Amino acid sequence: MSAVDPIIHRPVLAGLRTGRNRLYLTCLAFAALMVAVALAGPWLAPADPNASDLGAALTGPSPAHPLGADAAGRDTLSRLLAGASASLLGPIAVVLFSTVAGVLVGVTAGWFGGWPDTFLSRAAELLLAFPALLVAIVFVSLYGTGLAAPVIALSLAYLPYVSRLARNLTLSERRLPYLAAYRVQGFSGLAICVRHLIPNIAPVVLAQSSVNFGYALLDLSALSYLGLGVPPLTPTWGSMINDGQSALLQGHPLSAILPCAAIVLTVVAFNVVAEHWADRVSRRRG
Amino acid sequence: MLEVDGLSKSYGSVRAVRDVSFTLAAGGSLGVVGESGSGKTTTARIILGLERPDAGSVTVDGHDRSLRLGSVRRPDHSERRPDRSERRPDRSERRPDRSVRRRGRAERLRLARAVQIVFQDPFLSLDPRLSARTVLRETLKLHFPDLDHARRIAELLDQVGLGEREADALPRHLSGGQRQRVAIARALAVEPSVLVLDEAVAALDVCVQAQILNLLADLRERTGTAFLFITHDLGVVSQVTDHLVVMRQGEVVERGTTAEVLADPRHAYTRLLLASVPRPPG
Repeated sequence: MSAVDPIIHRPVLAGLRTGRNRLYLTCLAFAALMVAVALAGPWLAPADPNASDLGAALTGPSPAHPLGADAAGRDTLSRLLAGASASLLGPIAVVLFSTVAGVLVGVTAGWFGGWPDTFLSRAAELLLAFPALLVAIVFVSLYGTGLAAPVIALSLAYLPYVSRLARNLTLSERRLPYLAAYRVQGFSGLAICVRHLIPNIAPVVLAQSSVNFGYALLDLSALSYLGLGVPPLTPTWGSMINDGQSALLQGHPLSAILPCAAIVLTVVAFNVVAEHWADRVSRRRG
Repeated sequence: MLEVDGLSKSYGSVRAVRDVSFTLAAGGSLGVVGESGSGKTTTARIILGLERPDAGSVTVDGHDRSLRLGSVRRPDHSERRPDRSERRPDRSERRPDRSVRRRGRAERLRLARAVQIVFQDPFLSLDPRLSARTVLRETLKLHFPDLDHARRIAELLDQVGLGEREADALPRHLSGGQRQRVAIARALAVEPSVLVLDEAVAALDVCVQAQILNLLADLRERTGTAFLFITHDLGVVSQVTDHLVVMRQGEVVERGTTAEVLADPRHAYTRLLLASVPRPPG
């Protein structure tokens, strides 16, 4: 019934979903492929991602370069494959950490209310006041380059978005009598939160987190464009788009468009998969 | 059995419950009647331990409940407050008492076995993700870990008149009456001494109401659980309760056996309530 279903129904996506989950399975396969590529990318790349073959610069697909080469003559396919790990594992780590920590903080604040709520919510707002990139730059300057510092910084920067959402959902959920019924039944607060409250707010939280994945990917790409975080020679999709800007202007768009497409498809695939899992958790389709 | 003595509770300047006392015998059935805002739901929540009284005590089977319990946020029932506009934000509402967290598992279970509740809204009182069977199994695991759960679940479902299909269906695939049966089974699974029914049939249509009331009368006979009916509906009260307490603006204005009060109401307010029960013409 709509009274207990906290999710706004999205008719367009529902229409796409009806084909026996074909969309979900496609996206799951694509997301899995991307994760596999991210893990094995450097070994899959047919050529050295940084080797310049100036003779092939800005050429289209050819036997030597299946997806063409960029302005510096570097093989686009190899760079896409080798760049996947830095481009994907970072955002995944950011989303995992910010979701887990954000739910923990938000549910704690919403459930207890009073001073824990005041303390946690004000602390989260303080974090929110700093732009994500600024926090990341500060972390990089303090802890040096590498993927770890910007990932931790972005996780912290994204935490308040999740925790604020989780807190508000907790506040509205705990007004419902079913949670009071569990309390009257003698269940502990922890058991009620873990078994009933969190699964019921999970769909909305996961939806937010899957959106965060896209932002984190873009933020990490921006950082690698600035030369922070990922070491300079490591290819990432973000830096490939940046390198491809001039090629785009010269009428050879492939080396810029392919990483763009990789980012968009990956973000969409992860969103669809996350939404499906969220549905399963809330058993909306049951 | 259940003894409520001198219960008082204020929200800001509003005195929701004033010096309310009544007793409910083992296996008995007591109706607490009043209009919206008469303090009856607050009384119920204090008995359940979801609210702390400012004064007074609640005793079940000789154990005082009111001292150890804290408050959690109240479900958003429409009629819990005498006057919303006058109400000041109440700090205790936001801040569960520390004793809630300190009280141990054994104590929680003991309190749960004393009093259980069936809420008014069958659509919001069940976890939307869980089937009746899962709900009952969870409760039985908590309270009776050594029991043969499958058998007891079948027994409970049979008692409240739910079939196999309903047992495995999610709440959203059940009707209001069926959900209320699940809620009743969940409460009975704990084997409480007292079952509080907070407007438990108010959200149901008249036909289903009658079915549920029959079921409850039947269950009282079979299980020996004492029933506390919180309601505004004197029609309901006349069918299922032996004794009656009439509340108005937080105070008890009349009490007695149901038959007496309905036949010969002494307080003007009771007469008003009686006069407002719709009757078939002629």
